[in-house]
Amino acid sequence: MNIVVAIKHIPSIADDLPVKGNNVDFDSVDFVLNEFDEQSIEQAVLVKEATGGTVTVVGVDMIGELDGVLHLALAKGADKAVKITGDDPAADSHQQAKWLAEAIKGMSPNIVFAGVQASNDLDGQIGPMIAAHLDMPYIGGVSSVEVAGDTATVNKEFAGGFGAKYAVSLPMVVGVQASTKPPRYAPISKVRQVAQTATIEKVAPSGESSARLTMKKMAPPVVTGHAEMFTGSSKEVAAKIVDLLKSKGLA
Amino acid sequence: MSNDIFVITEHMDGKFSDVSFEMVGKAKELANAWGGQSVSIVVGSGISSDGFASDSTIQVDDETLNRFNPEAYGKVIEALVKEKSPRLVMFGWSATGMDLAAWLSARLGKPCVAYVKGINIEGGALIVNSQIYGGKMMADVSPEGDMAIVAVLAGSFPVEAGQGSTAATQIASPVLLDGLKIKFVEAIKPAAGDVDITAQTKLVSIGRGIGSKDNVELAEELAKKIGATVSSSRPVVDAGWLPRTRQVGKSGLKVKPKLYLMLGISGAPEHLEGMKGAELIIAINTDKKAPIFNVAHYGSTADLFEVAEAMLELL
Amino acid sequence: MAAKFEKVKSVEKEHAIVDGVDISGDWNRMFEQRVITEYTPELIEKVADIPGAESFANCYQCAKCIPVCPVDIVGNYGPRKLYRYAQTGMDLTEAPELWLCTTCKNCLRVCPKEVDMIKIMPAAREQAILAGKFVPAELQQAFENTAKTGNPLGQPQRKRDAWIQNAGVTIPIIKDLARPVDVLWYVGSYPSYHPRGIDAASAAARIFSALGIDFAILGREEKDDADSQRLAGEKGLFEMMAESNIATFNNYEWKEMVVTGPHELNAFKNEYPKYGFNRPVSHYTTFLARYLDQLKPLLKHEVNVKITYHDPCYLGRHNGEYEAPRKLLEAIPGVELVEMQRNRENGYCCGGGGGGMWMDSFTAKHTKMRLSEKRAMEAASTGANVLAVACPFEVSRFEDAVKSTGNEHVTVNDILELLDRSMRGEQ
Repeated sequence: MNIVVAIKHIPSIADDLPVKGNNVDFDSVDFVLNEFDEQSIEQAVLVKEATGGTVTVVGVDMIGELDGVLHLALAKGADKAVKITGDDPAADSHQQAKWLAEAIKGMSPNIVFAGVQASNDLDGQIGPMIAAHLDMPYIGGVSSVEVAGDTATVNKEFAGGFGAKYAVSLPMVVGVQASTKPPRYAPISKVRQVAQTATIEKVAPSGESSARLTMKKMAPPVVTGHAEMFTGSSKEVAAKIVDLLKSKGLA
Repeated sequence: MSNDIFVITEHMDGKFSDVSFEMVGKAKELANAWGGQSVSIVVGSGISSDGFASDSTIQVDDETLNRFNPEAYGKVIEALVKEKSPRLVMFGWSATGMDLAAWLSARLGKPCVAYVKGINIEGGALIVNSQIYGGKMMADVSPEGDMAIVAVLAGSFPVEAGQGSTAATQIASPVLLDGLKIKFVEAIKPAAGDVDITAQTKLVSIGRGIGSKDNVELAEELAKKIGATVSSSRPVVDAGWLPRTRQVGKSGLKVKPKLYLMLGISGAPEHLEGMKGAELIIAINTDKKAPIFNVAHYGSTADLFEVAEAMLELL
Repeated sequence: MAAKFEKVKSVEKEHAIVDGVDISGDWNRMFEQRVITEYTPELIEKVADIPGAESFANCYQCAKCIPVCPVDIVGNYGPRKLYRYAQTGMDLTEAPELWLCTTCKNCLRVCPKEVDMIKIMPAAREQAILAGKFVPAELQQAFENTAKTGNPLGQPQRKRDAWIQNAGVTIPIIKDLARPVDVLWYVGSYPSYHPRGIDAASAAARIFSALGIDFAILGREEKDDADSQRLAGEKGLFEMMAESNIATFNNYEWKEMVVTGPHELNAFKNEYPKYGFNRPVSHYTTFLARYLDQLKPLLKHEVNVKITYHDPCYLGRHNGEYEAPRKLLEAIPGVELVEMQRNRENGYCCGGGGGGMWMDSFTAKHTKMRLSEKRAMEAASTGANVLAVACPFEVSRFEDAVKSTGNEHVTVNDILELLDRSMRGEQ
């Protein structure tokens, strides 16, 4: 069974995002793996452990630093890593999805995983777009996957614990919301061992697609209101909150 | 090519979601400005769809469409859009819309904007406002070409403007719906037995800042002291620290308690969607730039553990 | 505690014949082998077979380690007990006990058989981690943070030098200085990011400046030493950080290195040499004690407090420095220094070592009280109103502990802060 995981390397939002012109200043941000991709890599490895097969992780190398992410995926149980040498930190989801779809096509996948969304999906997520390019069915918001023969049974989440179970004839693309089990920890010695021995296949970008969006302006949101801030020691803050709750009859 | 605006409405168990009405209201406004028609699209089976304020409502009715199926719904919507060539197709940025908007964009080669908070027409051109990077950036973009697809965050527009009494026109599915690769198996209901956080008047809500499963106890203790229930943001549930029934936000539940006391939640747009209607919002988060402080009524950047422990002593 | 004792089997035999003499009766016990040999040694061997953990098997159950084990004082622990638990069915690599040792080294100090928990624990933990066994989630987070952001707090690397803006003195960054310096000051993660750590770092900067020391810091090029992550079992992470740090250290010309924290001292002095780094490193207390004659005239303001000093395990027992911190405190006019019952070689552990810093919630579940709380109570019992520390892990730990034990009247200060206060007066 060929299991493919399509990942996104995106600007970290742990810190403020600097703006340059009409976009994020990509030179002064850290790039990290999309947090949903951590879930989707785990889900792929869980499926492999249950049914056998190989997991191939593929992503667009945005700033030349994707190797670290791929090594981590290999240490967590992926078998092969492929990077598309995009080298364009501003490549949009449409472009990435096209490149990824072209690369994945040749892998004859039985199932393709992608994170359900990424924080920089201005023009939409790569998962459904890859499905469109490969003419495969797509279900997103998925929180569990079981594969038996050529059928996948997936649970899709709506809201508030409501959801639906679907049976899908493979191949398909799955947008992972959360893996069945929380992502495992990869010891760094394993990651380093992988980094020394693993080969990352390089693929030149192929195919063109564009979001077709003209950026007019990008800026941090204008603050409309702001909370009244309690200052002082933690104890003082606690006292103020307790007083507030009591004054409103809430404690 | 028309100046019509399609709104892909969403429903579950025969009930339409708020975002459906919100989009219809906005679509009417845009259609007026463009001289086109606002059209509510209902894909389903046997639902009463006469409650929208749009110029018209098209209801594609087929037994196969009884339950949401991204493949079947996608095919139907694609066929309708191809046939009528609207100027704008609006989806919700929701569990269902998220499966379809980007897919349709790639199928048709038309631009798509996600995380949409605002839509305006400037000099005849569409300007779409999108809230990306976890709410840390707002982008104004102009989609190229004669058709655009948007996926709208719930709560961006007023619900009332979309409520009306336009009679729906029922049509048969424009495409054959046999040979589907995706089959609906069964509905999943929330795990029985757990509390219903939407019915609680007080919630102590925890986020990533709680650090570990072991610390959830502290929040439980505090909640117990003030007669509240513990809820959370998505990462806490994804980590398995609380059951999914406790999740507030887009992929969780929408709550409107009297008190929403937040410990270590930064306030991603997905979370805000679920709680901004709360009457009193108090947020404790060490990041003074956390977006939650733009929404909360009261806030503090003190250490949440210290504050919670001190509160326990005082209560 | 997961391990449970099985009832010890009777050693008496109904009939025992020794040298042809029937000595049946309950007093025959002395002629039989100790029952201890009847237990399966498998789980002891399982630990002792791990490279580095061999000395686990040395234990002969004398129990000298128990009264000095800081975890036993708030729980049920210690090397002898771990050995005994292993005899009675506990697999250390899977038990919560694996994560409770703080590697404080007090057991090794008294052990006649040199059962070395400082080597056993990292080795056994590493095996558990590599085998994908249970790892406390908080600890896993600290590992991931260190690997991703260069510090266990998960703060952005670009903000590592943000604190220098408010220190009140110029703090040169060696890269910008572009010339050799006398002292390379390795600031450390907590002094760079934690608000109370920043207080100590800022105080250090003012003291170094006042002494006219030619120093610089690495700024954004500095990364966590990762020694505590090593002791917590993540050797690969430690090696990665060590290689990166050593390369950075060797990029610049400097004569000696001063560190804010004892864990960094231990890393650079005792562990980094295994990876080719062999240059002089001192803890700031040792370094400043050398400048005592120049420092004393700067300590103009009286600080009228009664201080008790907590010996950090990794400054004292691990690296032998007990006197310099006390000399510095005694040099402050107005200070009265009192000792806690457990001091110097027998100093009590704050609970932060060996990865304990990142397992507070986990440890709390397996002990009666936090180690830091036990120590805070001991400090309060001396009548001191200041608990002085010399390790960046300790300020936040003890500040929590004095509060949770109702001893808010004791303030917790790094020695640097106290020196700075004497230098500048109350601010």
